[in-house]
Amino acid sequence: MSKPAKAVGIEIAGINLSYGATHVLKNVDLTVRPGEFFAFLGPSGCGKTTLLRLIAGFAQAQTGQVLLDGQDVAPLPPWKRDVGMVFQSYALWPHMTVAKNVAFGLEERRLPRAEIDRRVAEALDLVGLAAFAGRRPAQLSGGQQQRVAVARTIAIEPKVLLLDEPLSNLDAKMRVSVRRELRALQQRLGLTTIFVTHDQEEANTICDRIAVMDAGTIRQVGTPMELYESPANLFVASFLGSANILGDGDGISVPAGKRLVFRPQHATLSSVAGATLRGPVTHREFLGATVRYSVRIGGSEILVEVPFQSGGELRTVGDMVGVALPPERMLFLPA
Amino acid sequence: MRTLAGTRSLGQAALALAIALFLGLFLVVPVTTVIYVAFTEKGGGALTLINFLDFARTELFVRSFWNSVYVSAMTVVWASALALPLAYLTTRFEFRGAMLVQTLGFLPLVMPPFVGAVAMQLLFGRNGSVNLLLDEWFGFKIGFMEGLNGVIFLQAIHYFPFILVNLSAALRNIDRSMEEAAQNLGSHGLRLFRRIALPLALPGYIAGASLVFVKVFDDVATPLLLNVKEMLAPQAYLRITSIGIDDPMGYVISVVLIGVAVATMWASALVLKGKDYATTQRGGGGLARRKLKPRESFLAYAVVILILALVLAPHVGLLLLSFATVWSFSPLPDGYTLAHYARVLGDSSVYIKNTLLYSSLAAGIDIVIGGAIAYLVLRTKLAGRQWLDWAASTALAVPGIVLGIGYLRAFYGVKLPDGTPLATLWIVIVLAIAIRRLPYALRAAYAALQQISVSLEEAAENLGATKARTVRRVVIPLMTGGLLAGFVTSFATAAVELSAVLMLVQSNSDAPLAYGLYVLMQTPAGRGAGAALGVIAVVIVAICMGLAQLAADRSQRVRGLDI
Ligand SMILES: Nc1ncnc2c1ncn2[C@@H]1O[C@H](COP(=O)(O)OP(=O)(O)OP(=O)(O)O)[C@@H](O)[C@H]1O
Ligand SMILES: [Mg+2]
Repeated sequence: MSKPAKAVGIEIAGINLSYGATHVLKNVDLTVRPGEFFAFLGPSGCGKTTLLRLIAGFAQAQTGQVLLDGQDVAPLPPWKRDVGMVFQSYALWPHMTVAKNVAFGLEERRLPRAEIDRRVAEALDLVGLAAFAGRRPAQLSGGQQQRVAVARTIAIEPKVLLLDEPLSNLDAKMRVSVRRELRALQQRLGLTTIFVTHDQEEANTICDRIAVMDAGTIRQVGTPMELYESPANLFVASFLGSANILGDGDGISVPAGKRLVFRPQHATLSSVAGATLRGPVTHREFLGATVRYSVRIGGSEILVEVPFQSGGELRTVGDMVGVALPPERMLFLPA
Repeated sequence: MRTLAGTRSLGQAALALAIALFLGLFLVVPVTTVIYVAFTEKGGGALTLINFLDFARTELFVRSFWNSVYVSAMTVVWASALALPLAYLTTRFEFRGAMLVQTLGFLPLVMPPFVGAVAMQLLFGRNGSVNLLLDEWFGFKIGFMEGLNGVIFLQAIHYFPFILVNLSAALRNIDRSMEEAAQNLGSHGLRLFRRIALPLALPGYIAGASLVFVKVFDDVATPLLLNVKEMLAPQAYLRITSIGIDDPMGYVISVVLIGVAVATMWASALVLKGKDYATTQRGGGGLARRKLKPRESFLAYAVVILILALVLAPHVGLLLLSFATVWSFSPLPDGYTLAHYARVLGDSSVYIKNTLLYSSLAAGIDIVIGGAIAYLVLRTKLAGRQWLDWAASTALAVPGIVLGIGYLRAFYGVKLPDGTPLATLWIVIVLAIAIRRLPYALRAAYAALQQISVSLEEAAENLGATKARTVRRVVIPLMTGGLLAGFVTSFATAAVELSAVLMLVQSNSDAPLAYGLYVLMQTPAGRGAGAALGVIAVVIVAICMGLAQLAADRSQRVRGLDI
């Protein structure tokens, strides 16, 4: 499969979309750079699929614009957008063989037969399914079906690739290997790709940048590390990895409207004397490399993870402990 | 405890046995008699294929066979041509006429094709209203009703809703991502419909089309009323009525009719093998329907109105005919009168009385037996219960005319003490109708029972009710709505059942409405009265359908409270 001449950027500006009374997307602004592997990450029902369908032309926004390569796509129906979408359910046609499925988009473009055959073979090769061309989708495993769906989409050499939770139907082990394949494929094709998921590990491991979504809004956009190290708000902080959140109610002082946020592994246990954060240990879990303590502070329960050293002194449930935190690890975030 | 279970399964076994006996006597015996006679020598008792050889050597029969195949196939083609655009329109577009199209589905149930045959002759025949107007305005005529075309025309506009309903349901059940994926890859419009939607809806289409094929193949009265005799089912009727019940040809034709019905169902099952795609909707929303542009919208309405006009033509024609003084060689009747209604409500009212009696008895039998079979199959572990279901369902593959012939032959020799043959009693007509309608009543009973959670019954038993009392106090009350709907539907369709009845009516005083209509329609003098009977039949059936709908709605509400 040849590399697209030039990868295409996506710009989304001022999008509002409602289904009747449900306001599904609220003032969404977003830029996806050419060639980027981008993720929409968020809890179920936050509008990820809807945003993807908007780009593909299956949903209409009440306000705002979607620009592909600088051009407004509003007047284009789905079949003229050249946006390849892999559906959550794969949507392989059961009445066609694998090869027929992959050939479909090419046939719709009235390409010569020889070229269709060549590109079908290439696409199937790329996803490692050349041997399965004659099978029906029902005769394939979940992972193979997923790869056929990808092959079918990239065969038409779309401007951008949209993947709606492509791994959700696979078992845990498959998920890891298939997501690596997807990443490798995307790199080879240099294709601008949006990947929808509600699994943060998935997003973290393969995506260049992530948009974290919540209830129809985008809460933060950044690389996985940026989002983890400097979350912009409580939602992002707690959605990506575990975070301890303390506020006024817990007997500490924080700036108005903000809360203190820190990661469990950034804190250490200290003696009670002189500690601002202190309380009794309520749980202890041994995780191998680390020991995880739960400590009650004010009205909240926080987690502290300390490295495990054999022979090292362990606290027990009921001990009063102090929690020490380097100032640079303290984040004061708004909701 | 063991004795309790013992009496329980004993009761169930007795029930099953009674049903088996009924089905054996009134379905299996007549049908096997027909098959047996077809394979035995006339007069003698030796098994032989000579009758089939005779059949194949008789040019009239061979021609009739191919005519029947041709008419049935062409009916499927034309019915598809009518059904496809309507199904496409109503399932893929925002179209206000959709409701109108949905109601089309009920029309063939309200009035079988033979009822409107004569009226259609008057509207579309060589000298019918439409051709007279065409001739006057444009100077040409169209042979809608010429020979076999007439049968095809009439059957197609009567039966296309069977295809429409099945196809639409299948189209609605396709997961929307199937078509969105195609759009995403650059396909749209009719091409997308042809390449993705239609193949995925094939099971629904085939189900409808094979049903239409069989129904047309088995129809006796419609061709005869259009004066087409060279078709297979009419030949069976003519042969038996003109030569007698000892002539083997009627039986051979019957076996061929059964064979074609079975072969059609088998072939459709074969085509569908591995194609049960079951792509039901995952995730909400359903398929996004496209808005029609003004021009398209206009075209859509034009198509729907044209088809609606065609479908309603037999009804309108029938109504006109029932009020007409004289109607020939003119677009509309010369004058109008109520005399025909006076006549049928006067001396011909016996037909109506008979129909009400026969249909309620037949529907009653059906709902009792259907309900019992459904209960045995779904709620008990009685060995062989599935056989009852299969036996009852085979009635679907037995053409009415064959059942009629079977009854005549099997029960003519059985004499009552006073010497009258069993086959001439009116109750035999009721039994034949009941057997014909049983598969449909059975489906209704299944549906009604399936919607009742087993836990409701278990709760009753848990509270100390015995099995029999549970059935009486919990199951039957909850099933009432569904069973009532089944009863009324059976009643309605029984009221216009003719092909089996045609063979069994011995005297006018025992004849139901459909038979009276058939006889009256044969002569120009009787047409008006026949049409009046037809209108009355349509009204009875339409009222029943409405009641069935009400009953179904009511049971929906009752269940709504349970959940
Ligand atoms: N056709 C529709 N009509 C009405 N509401 C809809 C429709 N489609 C989606 N919604 C609503 O819009 C919201 C966002 O849906 P969407 O499918 O985009 O969520 P999602 O983030 O993809 O969730 P998931 O992770 O579960 O797939 C949901 O609350 C959903 O109920
Ligand atoms: Mg989704």
